[in-house]
Amino acid sequence: MSSTHVTCTINGDEAEFLCQGDQTLLDALRDVVGLMGVKEGCATGDCGACSVIMDGRITCSCLVLAPEADGADITTVEGLAGPDGLHPLQENFLVGAALQCGICTPGLLVAGKALLDRNPDPTETEVRYAIAGNLCRCTGYDKVVRSILAAAADMKEASEAKEKV
Amino acid sequence: MTTTATPATMTETKPGYKWVGTRPVRHDGLDKVTGRARFGADLSLPGMLVGMVLRSPHAHARIRSIDASAALAMDGVKAVVTGADFPMLESEAGEGGEGAVDYRDLCRNIMARDKVLYEGHALAAVAATSRRVAMAAMAAIEVDYEVLPHVIDIDDAMAPDAPILHPDLITSGADPVPDRASNIAARHVYERGDLEQGFAEADVIVEREFLTRPVHQGYIEPHAVVADTAEDGRAVVWCSSQGHFMVRTLTAKLLGWEPSRIKVIPAEIGGGFGGKTVVYVEPVATLLSQKAGRPVKIVMSRDEVFRATGPTSGSKMRLKMGVRRDGKLVAAEGWLAYQAGAFKGSQVQLGLMCILTPYDVPNFFLEGFDVVNNMPKVAAYRAPGAPMAAFASETVLDELAEEIGMDPLELRLRNAVEEGVKSVYGPKFRKIGYRETVEAIKDHPHYSESLGPNQGRGVASGFWFNIGSNSSATVHINEDGGASVMTGSPDIGGSRASMALMAAEELGIDVYRITPIIADTESIGFTDLTGGSRVTHATGMAVIEACRELVADMRARAAKIWDVDVDEVEWVDGRAQHVDGDRAPLTTEDLAESSGKTGGPITASASLNARGVGVAFSTQVCDVEVDPETGAVTILRYTTAQDAGRAIHPSYVEGQMQGGVVQGIGWALNEEYIFDDRGAMENPGFLDYRMPVASDLPMIDTVVVEVPNPGHPYGVRGVGEVGIVPPMAAIANAIHGATGLRLGELPMSPVKVLAAIGANGG
Repeated sequence: MSSTHVTCTINGDEAEFLCQGDQTLLDALRDVVGLMGVKEGCATGDCGACSVIMDGRITCSCLVLAPEADGADITTVEGLAGPDGLHPLQENFLVGAALQCGICTPGLLVAGKALLDRNPDPTETEVRYAIAGNLCRCTGYDKVVRSILAAAADMKEASEAKEKV
Repeated sequence: MTTTATPATMTETKPGYKWVGTRPVRHDGLDKVTGRARFGADLSLPGMLVGMVLRSPHAHARIRSIDASAALAMDGVKAVVTGADFPMLESEAGEGGEGAVDYRDLCRNIMARDKVLYEGHALAAVAATSRRVAMAAMAAIEVDYEVLPHVIDIDDAMAPDAPILHPDLITSGADPVPDRASNIAARHVYERGDLEQGFAEADVIVEREFLTRPVHQGYIEPHAVVADTAEDGRAVVWCSSQGHFMVRTLTAKLLGWEPSRIKVIPAEIGGGFGGKTVVYVEPVATLLSQKAGRPVKIVMSRDEVFRATGPTSGSKMRLKMGVRRDGKLVAAEGWLAYQAGAFKGSQVQLGLMCILTPYDVPNFFLEGFDVVNNMPKVAAYRAPGAPMAAFASETVLDELAEEIGMDPLELRLRNAVEEGVKSVYGPKFRKIGYRETVEAIKDHPHYSESLGPNQGRGVASGFWFNIGSNSSATVHINEDGGASVMTGSPDIGGSRASMALMAAEELGIDVYRITPIIADTESIGFTDLTGGSRVTHATGMAVIEACRELVADMRARAAKIWDVDVDEVEWVDGRAQHVDGDRAPLTTEDLAESSGKTGGPITASASLNARGVGVAFSTQVCDVEVDPETGAVTILRYTTAQDAGRAIHPSYVEGQMQGGVVQGIGWALNEEYIFDDRGAMENPGFLDYRMPVASDLPMIDTVVVEVPNPGHPYGVRGVGEVGIVPPMAAIANAIHGATGLRLGELPMSPVKVLAAIGANGG
């Protein structure tokens, strides 16, 4: 079977990879590109462990065929931290003990980022619905929800401080 | 290396902590929020093959023949194994952490021999150069089945004319001994006092019947393994599990190898909850790798996880309890039958041992049956055996309280076990905090919040033993004066942070100067698996013991440097100081720097079989709203109080409490295995096996009760499991409060609740 050549943006950098026509974006990201932070929990779009942001939308990468990613802009958990350090979501997940085993954490962080990108000041209910596609079996979501709310508050405070300067 | 049972010094409880009880960022946290952490499926090796397992489409069938010749002849297929490639093992008990395994059963569970006993039962496996080739190879394996009648439900499996799974299975513990095989593997009895007299004293007697379905642990990470068996016959196995020593022991046994031929490297584990306390694909990958001469990776699909691993037992129970008007429980009679799956070994005995355990009941007779059926062999699931039993006892208790007009928490307080009381299962309790958990809920503002229409409040309590067992730890002082703390306990919920905190407390150095590590089977002493809520207690004791040895060693080295008696050297805040205070103190860094002159590197190990286990209790209150139109139950508020003994890292204690409650909410309201008339699971995916999601839930409030366990230096009790015991009853009692209905069947799904409302004329 011949391979398909995909050119896209992954975590801000241009990326190219070869994939099979029946290969999922999840498998391509993990097995070809080597981004192991994208996890497989079900491969049917029900658990959210493979969540990525694709062209601004939270997406289960197991439900996307890899060739469909041609031209797309993709963010994975590996793209959250920057030169200035961790993303406020990552900081707050650590301080707020929002992870136990950590297998769902990359997907939850990405879902949290997708939410805060479009709604910087979410209510608890909005957070709960935004991550309703991400299963976590360890935490009962309490500390996850609190940490996303705390990250939103931190980001708001930081942007207000920036405005004053 | 010292190997001791619990040393006497270990039982001194230290007041006034610097590190214990604080909430540092966990040491493995950064890797887990950046995608660096490597879980079971994340390793790839050069030349690695894809392994896949062929599974039975039938719930019960005789295997007449398996022909893999066409598969083996395919390009890219490098190895095929079937049951014939594994040794047949005789019946022998092996330790499985939370319940013994029988090697005869286990060897047939990982690869069927003459019969398949459930839909999903493994019967062959292939290793190929790609997933596509592996799938084609599996399709090319020809299996000739003689389909047999199957049995799933408990009543059907216990019926005299039931299809028999194992023609040699004679009920143990039955009197008289049966003269023919049945599906009842064992009968267990716990009894005390005079039941008849007890019920005669009762003013109110309630008797109810209960039914619960199998539910799965539901860890998000499917089982995954990479095995690399080398030409010399030695294998390296990389996998996520609750115990890499367990994986080594069981894999070796199932292959007929010496354990030291296998090195197991623990990957990060993406949830277990008891479900990863046994092997499935590890021996299969190891044997495929040996046959193929290449590394082999097997990653289960979610469908395989549901069809072939876990779940916990479904159950049928009858419980009758009697109480006097003054609230004294006088008698209880219980009949419990648990589904074991394809092989014996449900945790019905643990159910009997937990069902009444929070209460001092003078007269009881509890009888339990372990029943095999054509579904996957059950595995441990968080406080295995206890949650369904508590669903029965805690709802009957609620009804008794209502009948005598007493507050349900008051009824619990009047019968609460305390220090010195003989438990249902025999031993007398040491210092325990059950009463304190009830009082914590009674005093909590939640308990007096007002309720609206269609809303109700329920309470329930639960008990779990916790365990000790074997643990090892090694602690090195590094050149910079920091420390590495190595243990053999896989970290599921933050235990590395707890190990680091206890080491920081003992050594007196900053918790962030400590690096906690989980070492592989060749780098640390034997350690039993992570289960039974044992790690912070038992492995923590090994860490404390090793640290205390290190401190003694460092004091001796300082004495040598100063040329004084060791008794004149104290260890204060991570430094050796002379009692007279006339010498500059020596830090761990100073001592590490000069260690070449004082005896070499500073390191200590401790291995122990931890005693002094502190049992755990939890009491919970839950408010629900029941939609009379749809039967949907919404959890409005939830508060859980649990005796942690001492919370080493309170955030992760709370996390265990919250996680246990939410798994219980899923068990109560949604989760169940549904089988079709062929005995095939109808809902082997997260869409149809509905676990709680964030939008289903409120915050889960926690009250960490600390009644120190006298058997641990800091007072630790295990906290992992007991939180899942009360929720089903708490929710059922809350539904009663909202609707007046007593539901005895799980899950209390909208369909069932609506039917009950309808039957009640609502």
